[in-house]
Amino acid sequence: MITEKTITDFIYREADLLDTMQWQAWLDLFHPEGRYWMPLEWQQQDPVLQPSLMYEDLLLLKVRVERLAGERTFSQKPKSRCHHLLQAPQIVACDPEAGLFKARTSYIYTETRGDLLERFSGWASHDLVQIGDGLKIKLKRVDLVNFDAPFGNIQLFM
Amino acid sequence: MDRYRNNAFAVEALVRDTEVHRDVYVDPEIFELEMEHLFPNSWIYIGHASQLSKPGDFITANIGRQPVLASRHTDGAIHVFYNRCPHKGVKIASEPCGNTGKFFRCPYHAWSFKTDGSLLAIPLRKGYEGTGFGDAQANEGLSKIRNVVVYRDFIFAQLNDNGVSFADYFGESLSTIDNMVDRSPEGKLAVVAAPIRYMHTCNWKMLVENQTDTCHPMVAHESSAGTAVKVWKREQGASTETPMAVQLYGPFMSPYEFYEQSGIRIWPNGHGHTGVANSIHSNYSDIEGYLGQMVAAYGETRAHEILGDVRHNTVYFPNIMVKGAVAILRNFIPIAVDKTLVESWVYRLVGAPDKLYERALMYNRFINAPTSIVGHDDLEMYERAQEGLKSNGNQWVNLQRLYEAGEQADVTAVINGTSERQMRNQFHAWAKFMTIDMDSHVEAAE
Ligand code: FES
Ligand SMILES: [Fe+2]
Repeated sequence: MITEKTITDFIYREADLLDTMQWQAWLDLFHPEGRYWMPLEWQQQDPVLQPSLMYEDLLLLKVRVERLAGERTFSQKPKSRCHHLLQAPQIVACDPEAGLFKARTSYIYTETRGDLLERFSGWASHDLVQIGDGLKIKLKRVDLVNFDAPFGNIQLFM
Repeated sequence: MDRYRNNAFAVEALVRDTEVHRDVYVDPEIFELEMEHLFPNSWIYIGHASQLSKPGDFITANIGRQPVLASRHTDGAIHVFYNRCPHKGVKIASEPCGNTGKFFRCPYHAWSFKTDGSLLAIPLRKGYEGTGFGDAQANEGLSKIRNVVVYRDFIFAQLNDNGVSFADYFGESLSTIDNMVDRSPEGKLAVVAAPIRYMHTCNWKMLVENQTDTCHPMVAHESSAGTAVKVWKREQGASTETPMAVQLYGPFMSPYEFYEQSGIRIWPNGHGHTGVANSIHSNYSDIEGYLGQMVAAYGETRAHEILGDVRHNTVYFPNIMVKGAVAILRNFIPIAVDKTLVESWVYRLVGAPDKLYERALMYNRFINAPTSIVGHDDLEMYERAQEGLKSNGNQWVNLQRLYEAGEQADVTAVINGTSERQMRNQFHAWAKFMTIDMDSHVEAAE
């Protein structure tokens, strides 16, 4: 039985997998049709016909993860690290009957590489579905508070 | 430490036939002089007329570091001004775009200006009576940039009054903009969204040079495009259709021979493009309905001519790159000697299927975003170069590939696609537009 706690635990675990760079375990959290979306507009509705920073399916996420470990991935020499500081997720929907599980989580994200440290703030929205006893990510949407500002490299995942 | 100011000969000495001195990338004084000479002497992209569709619409931009403002006047004309109040210099508009209504109103003391820049009203005007204000420059309203050309809706401006004319400056290079616009069945492009913005900690010219650097993709992008190809091969299973994403990444891994035969065309004044015979954009899947629309609009022969000209990157000197085949324009905006803001715009081909816009947006986020793995590859190289060039061991950057003795500058030519001649072409133009109005040159000519 999926409860609100199941959703919250899932979101904390996801952040933990990213922070500890367990990339494969992180990918395993996604539904085969799952998407990772970083919009480029305030309350953006359309990921396809409006510009986004990222809108990636599992194939593209796999490419990213595999690239991070590549022998000739020079932008990962030295490697990046990240840290998620999450506020307690707000449950937007927890309806096992309808298979609807949604949460919104306010966060501060830090990505470092060498001597550089960049910090970002925003909200992560999780659209989850039940597969077997557990949850999978149908859509992870990451809205930066300053999506319209020019950033340097963001190489890991918020 | 004025080593270069008003010393045209010292500036010219930085550019040799086959190499350039590292000061062009790392010296703060050279950057200052670019802002004072190179950018004001060149024709700079301001924006697209579709961003100014109604009277009162405005956009803001920069020419070098100078803030400018473009507006659509009630009579339909487009004007470009310095974005500063004639009173005390406050920026008149601070947003990237908007509509000001019938007039601009300065937020500090409420001087107001018509959308053609002329002074409309000053509160408590009688305070200026008898002060000779009529002769003050402030009385003229917003300072106007006189040299403005709107070419097929692309707005360009040149600050210096005695510069090269628009037609002479761009010449035949405008054919890339023509091709991009012609790719719309209605011959019209539209900006419908904000650009992707990406901050680079490197000199702006490294980005410009990279646009025609065809010997780097298979090396620097092995990590991104190479991995994409590899993962797809492994995961594709029984699938016979290559996804759009893989179609966009894959061609970056083309071998040297591909780039060699595809060719580079150079034009006078530092413009040039890769992908003459064909390009990395040539083999994308057809989009349903598009060819039919093009044939209906232009006829069989002309439609195929337009769609058959699949150029790769066209550099419009000094600081934009146009990708006609995917309707993208990248603007390399100099911030400091080691800082460049890149704004990458996607145009909608008016009347064409949504799928084309979808693909262009996808390309833009794959290649030109701070979250782009291809972008990560490139920026890493620029940053390392910006650091490496501080070394005194060798103060020259080599641009010699396929150099031929007696090579002509300011000519049109089609050459081997792995040549570094377009980079040499750019630096020839750089030295020219840096020094054309330097006192030492003007004096020597007198
Ligand atoms: S600064 Fe603009 S009105 Fe005074
Ligand atoms: Fe590149």
